[in-house]
Amino acid sequence: MTTILIAIAALLALAAVFGAALGFASEKFKVEGDPIVDQIDALLPQTQCGQCGHPGCRPYAEAIANGEEHNRCPPGGEVTVEALAELLGREVLPLDDDGSEDATVKKVAYIREDECIGCTKCIQACPVDAIVGAAKLMHTVIVDECTGCDLCVEPCPVDCIDMVPVAPTLGTWTWQRPAGAGQSPEQRIDVVNL
Amino acid sequence: MLARLFRGGTREIFDFPGGIHPPEHKSESNTTPILPGPLPSQLILPLNMHIGAPARPLVQVGDKVLKGQHLAEGNGAVSAPVHAPTSGTVVAIGPRPIQHPSGMDAPCLVLEPDGEDRWGDRAPLDDPFALSPGELLERIAEAGIVGLGGAGFPTSVKVSLGDHQRVRELIINGVECEPFITADDRLMRERAADIVQGIQVLQYLLNPERTLLGIEDNKPEAAAALRAAAVGADIDVRVVPTKYPSGGEKQLIQLLTGKEVGSGGLPIQVGVVCQNVGTAYALKRALFDGEPLISRITTVTGDAVARPGNYEILLGTPVAELLQHAGVDQTRLQRLVLGGPMMGFTLHNPAIPLVKTSNCLIAASTDLLPEPEPEQACIRCGACADACPASLLPQQLYWYAKNDDLERAQQQNLMDCIECGACAYVCPSHIPLVQYYRYAKGEIRIQAAERAKADRARERFEARQARVEKEQAEKEARRRARQQANRAPAPAGDNATALKQTSLDASKAYKAAVKAAKEAETRDDPDLARYQAEVEKRKTAADRAKAAVRDAGKAAPPSTDAHPKAEADLKKQVADASAAYKSALREAKAALAEEREDAATLQSRAETLKAEADRLKATLRDARAGQPASAPTAAPDPVEELKKAVAEASSAYKAAVKATKEAEQNEADDVARLRAEADRLKAKADELKQQLRDAKAAAPATPKTAPPPPAAAASPTPTEPASGGGQESESDEEAAKRQKRLNALKTAYKMAHKQYKEAHSALDRARRDGAVDLAAMEARVEKLKAKADHTRDALDALMDETKASLLAHTGKDLKTLKLDAARAETALRDKSDELKRLRDTADEDTLKRLTSELGTLEHDAHLARRALKQALEEHGLAEE
Repeated sequence: MTTILIAIAALLALAAVFGAALGFASEKFKVEGDPIVDQIDALLPQTQCGQCGHPGCRPYAEAIANGEEHNRCPPGGEVTVEALAELLGREVLPLDDDGSEDATVKKVAYIREDECIGCTKCIQACPVDAIVGAAKLMHTVIVDECTGCDLCVEPCPVDCIDMVPVAPTLGTWTWQRPAGAGQSPEQRIDVVNL
Repeated sequence: MLARLFRGGTREIFDFPGGIHPPEHKSESNTTPILPGPLPSQLILPLNMHIGAPARPLVQVGDKVLKGQHLAEGNGAVSAPVHAPTSGTVVAIGPRPIQHPSGMDAPCLVLEPDGEDRWGDRAPLDDPFALSPGELLERIAEAGIVGLGGAGFPTSVKVSLGDHQRVRELIINGVECEPFITADDRLMRERAADIVQGIQVLQYLLNPERTLLGIEDNKPEAAAALRAAAVGADIDVRVVPTKYPSGGEKQLIQLLTGKEVGSGGLPIQVGVVCQNVGTAYALKRALFDGEPLISRITTVTGDAVARPGNYEILLGTPVAELLQHAGVDQTRLQRLVLGGPMMGFTLHNPAIPLVKTSNCLIAASTDLLPEPEPEQACIRCGACADACPASLLPQQLYWYAKNDDLERAQQQNLMDCIECGACAYVCPSHIPLVQYYRYAKGEIRIQAAERAKADRARERFEARQARVEKEQAEKEARRRARQQANRAPAPAGDNATALKQTSLDASKAYKAAVKAAKEAETRDDPDLARYQAEVEKRKTAADRAKAAVRDAGKAAPPSTDAHPKAEADLKKQVADASAAYKSALREAKAALAEEREDAATLQSRAETLKAEADRLKATLRDARAGQPASAPTAAPDPVEELKKAVAEASSAYKAAVKATKEAEQNEADDVARLRAEADRLKAKADELKQQLRDAKAAAPATPKTAPPPPAAAASPTPTEPASGGGQESESDEEAAKRQKRLNALKTAYKMAHKQYKEAHSALDRARRDGAVDLAAMEARVEKLKAKADHTRDALDALMDETKASLLAHTGKDLKTLKLDAARAETALRDKSDELKRLRDTADEDTLKRLTSELGTLEHDAHLARRALKQALEEHGLAEE
């Protein structure tokens, strides 16, 4: 009997000690915020375009964390769907877009400045403040900051905004992936001894 | 190892891992001396011949320029200018295809030579060492010198050291390990003395502990020439075994010093600066001869040119013209390679210009450079790993790059790959490994850029979001303020209901927000702060709505003054107003404690509410004072009135003192005003106390005449004498004793009376209900009544006593009363005079204020007069 009591007492003591330690740790090392939302948000392309039906990338990240499907980001494309699937341990779903445009082509807004009437509607629509201008003065797009979300196209009363594809420059050009086995890689230079 | 040590530490040559021995093909071009290049019909000068920002053009189309003239200036910290390689006319500034594997266009200056080759101003230095390092660096930057080994990094940047950086070894790279290229070989053979001069400039700038010059052992003539030229100079010429890629910067450092540059590191981190012999030569030309970098030595080789060799070409010379100059056989030209065969790339457009970094041009038939064989599957032989000079695992990198597993490729240090091509050279499956790595590196760079852009977009989006929310909140606040301003003048009754509804809605919203915040808390929402802010906002809104309701309630009453139940209304209002004031004060205090921004606003609101409450109290007092006059039958005891006035005044004074103290603590600017106010209130309170004292002396009979039924009203009266301080001449002890007894008696009487009343009403109820045992209850009521009566008798007796003792001292009190009355009259007269004076001149507000002040004074005077009269009557001195 005593043995049992001793064992119970010892276990209770241990439980108390570990419980206190865990309680302390959970307070001391408390994780602020919801890290999974941050992780999802980091994978989204931050175009803030709203094509997923949410007002921005972070709200969509929150929605995904709450169980919404992770294939509703056309600007992110298949790559984002795959990355999200891997992060969340979900299935890779086919991208849920209307298929009208190739999302892989990066685009930026371009304002035909001659036609701009200075209504500031596009400025209000831009989610990342990438359009500068003032009332009754010409507006223009800061190309480097434009995410290509095309939210400014719709509000323009004179339809002077175009989405133009971003041309590759020397800075953005990269080597193509070799065609693979069976193909002769054109850039390879073999040297032989004559 | 020991043998190596004994051989003498300084002569030691180390080794680096991997490396290959491809066919050298150097003899085709290194047997002939350096020849001048052609003078082409057009020179195409890309604005970006270097690593860094493109240069900014200084000339316009049509400008005549002289040889060596600045055409474009460096743009930013890492950049290099462009000079005119010969005299001529600028015919175009615009995009042209440049030497880039993409074949894309880039902005270029196009110069049409006039054939005169006329130099502009040159500033050769006889003794560059007379200049400070800073001045020399400036000249080097001005001369547009970049690393001529292949990368094209601006030399002036590379040799400017940070404060903490110390160069132990300066390494001059004369290795030239890549097949076919012999430009440095010929340069070293023919112009060794110039190179040594350039190295001495570098030594002067960097102040290294030692200078090592590495040459491969397949260039004995060059080594000999340099050794001869370096006699007397502190340059250690070291011959290294032929092995590709010993000319790589990191490999040469390892070869000569045994130091390994860490992953992603720079040579300066191990105390080494590496420069190419071609760069040293360019330095000499720039400083000693005043000639900027406008030409370079380029190897033209391959079996498709008749005169292979090294040509000193003008920068901007198109490839086609140089080939022509070297006697190209177009039928044999099947492969055109810019750079060496290991690291160069095939060219399709011979119109592109040669630039500062173009060291070799191979025009070959497919006999010499055959078409690459088809890529085959990796057989995992591991030959690439043996060949890799950077100790990487090319096979692993290949798998990762092929499968776009960029993360793992980076984990395997893909970025440390120097793209030397050794792995691809040894690959039996002909896998273009380097191209896989270049592809993966490009993707990684793009991803990094996209991530950076996404982060910036996120930042901007969040900043915008915050701004929009703030703007909306401000707009809302303005709207509300406007609404309130509109509502204030309107009759309160109209929108009181609406206000109440608003208040209700606001509190509902607040409660909902609290709930949401709590939920957020329980599920660890990251937006908790936002929810809390929301709660805070809603709370403020709810408070504001409540305050509005209160304000409306307060604003309404003055109009109801005239009604019969005015006093009750007023009382209610006063209570409301003081409640509002108190809550406002509490809020303000809380705000202060929390150091909230709106503390000042809250305080001022509390201030306003207090003023309002005071005003209402005054109105109530007036109403009360007015009532007795109109209805003398119900005239309350003047002493009681005075007592109330005193209580009010002293509480007002206390509040004022408190406000002053608070203001002092908070260092508010209106402390002085508040203090003056407090002083005024104190004076008033004192005056009233005095009056009360006098009145009490005059009124001792009153309590006796009407004691029991309105017990609550009557009983406090006797408490006043002591607190009023009217017993100066009596001994304090006696006064205190009497006071104590009085208080005790008063309480006892109150209790007895209450008990009696309760018992009485219980009896009544019992009677109504037809209870049986009424006798006991009746007996109890009788008993209680007797007790209450007894207590009252005792109380009355004590009061008589008090009255008697007070009477003894009335003389003085009477005098004070007289004085008070006179003072009040004077103040009244003064005020009415002022009013008369200002009636025509002052504005409406002032008049209104004066009138109300006059009213107050009138009231004061009336009270004083009455107190005096009563006192006189009491003392039988009325005839006086």
